[in-house]
This record gives sequence, C-alpha cells and structure tokens, in this order.
Amino acid sequence: MKIIINIQLKEGVLDPQGKAVHHALSALNFNEVEDVRIGKQIIMQTNETDKEKSLERVSKMCEDLLANTVIENYEIEIA
Amino acid sequence: MFNVSVVVFPGTNCEIDTKYAYEKLNANVELVFHKDDTLPNNTDLVVLPGGFSYGDYLRSAAIAKFSPIMKDVIRFANEGGKVLGICNGFQMLLEMGLLEGAMKRNSNVHFISKYHSLRVINNDNKFLQKLNVGDVLNIPIAHGEGNYFIDEQGLEKLYANKQVLLKYTDKNGIDKNPNGSVDSIACICNKSKNVFGLMPHPERAIETLLGSSDGVKMLQGLMEG
Repeated sequence: MKIIINIQLKEGVLDPQGKAVHHALSALNFNEVEDVRIGKQIIMQTNETDKEKSLERVSKMCEDLLANTVIENYEIEIA
Repeated sequence: MFNVSVVVFPGTNCEIDTKYAYEKLNANVELVFHKDDTLPNNTDLVVLPGGFSYGDYLRSAAIAKFSPIMKDVIRFANEGGKVLGICNGFQMLLEMGLLEGAMKRNSNVHFISKYHSLRVINNDNKFLQKLNVGDVLNIPIAHGEGNYFIDEQGLEKLYANKQVLLKYTDKNGIDKNPNGSVDSIACICNKSKNVFGLMPHPERAIETLLGSSDGVKMLQGLMEG
C-alpha cells in the first residue's frame, strides 16, 4: 500500500522557511503571493493491505517519530 | 570523584570538548556510546553534547531519542539524576519530552555561529547556583535550529516554576533575540530542576585566552550539591 504523509507546522506557529521563501518570491516580483508555508512529504510503501489498520499504524508512526506534535500537524493519505 | 557520562551519537561533534572541559574541572569523564544499554553505575551527571546526531535527518534530534542508551537516560532523569543537554542535546531533551517545548529553524533561516551575551534569569538551581540573577555572560552559540517554541500556557508555567534560566541579550543585558526564540529564551530546566537544556555552548567558554571562561561556573554548578 502506498501511503503519503504531509507534515506541516501548526497554524499559529511561525514558519521561518516559509517566510524566507515568501520574501524571495516578492523580490522576484511574484507579488500575488500572500503567504508561504513549507512542510514535508513522506512517501512510503507498506505490505499492509487493510486500509483502516494502515491508518492506525501510520498515525502511530507520526505520533512516535515522523511529526513533532508540539509544533507540527500531519495528514495521512492512503493511495 | 565526580563522574560525568557524555553520550556519543553518530554525528555528535562536541563530546571531546565536553570531556576536556569537565576533566579540567577534575571530574572523571566517560564517553558512552549510544548503542550501550546502560549508563556507567557511578554516573553523577549525564551530558548530551552538541553536534548533528543522525545528520539532523527528519528533525534535529528526532532519531537520537530512540537510541538504546536513551531508555536509561530517561530512567536516570526520572530518578532525579542530573542531565545537561547542550545544543543538539537540548533538542534531544525536547524531543524526548524531558523538557517542554520544541525547536524550529532560526527565524533568519541561517546557521548562527558567534559569541552571544546571556542574562541569568533564575539561579535557584544546580546549574546556575554559582552565578547571580542579572549576571551577563559571554558564551558561543552555534546552531541552525535554536528557535525555541512553547505555547502561552506552557510559557506561563515555565515562569511560575522558575524554569527559565537564561535569555539572549546584548552585552548590557538587554534582551536581544538572535534566533526567534519565544521571549529570547536560551536555557530552561524541568520542574524538578534536575534536567537542563541550553543552546549556547558553556564547554567552549572555559579559557579566558580563547575568548571567555564564563562557562566554567555553569559546568561547576552541576558538580556541587
């Protein structure tokens, strides 16, 4: 099963990388950009076939290791 | 004899400086490999030193917290043992939940390496007991992810329990924020005041000839009482 995990800083937590990229885009005259947030995407392949079980396991992976839930949110997509 | 255990992870690069500094203060220092299961029996202080454990992959210190030795470090801390996390070690303590909050990229997105002034906020703890509240110290910082974050409620608790120990300042002791940290915080401890984390490097400030010896009193503080 192919699983895509998107991790982002929580709303309200200032994103220094996003801000720097926003600044650079403005310098290149992409003035329509109002906000930039940068996250990361983790793509994994598992041998689990049950969708629900997958979701449960991957949530645990996120809580234990993949995301720092003090500052980050995660979303799991099962392809 | 005071026994210091300095834990070494793949990518750690401050273990020799830390060992040198504590040996200069007449401590017995042992380097402990992260794959070991237990700390030496006689350990009085555990130091998680600076560096880039596991290449900072995923997040700074995210992977180091699962090293075999960490179970014993957590046990040691929970039994009241003294633990000091410097730089990457501070990030580990946050990732492990031994200290509250999290680290983000520096607000200017650059790696910062320079001397920085720090002001003592609280000294009723082992780490800063040899310093006075309001003292201004000169200690090197060297990090890319030192932007300390904690939510408002957590911050209030830190202040109420006197867990905020050092803030970044200018040389006159006025708050000056190099990295975006909440309230310019550079160093905190846990509620029971046996676990300490800071981004600056006291072990790099032990020789006046090399710029500063302001780190000595911090490192010594942990050896007393």
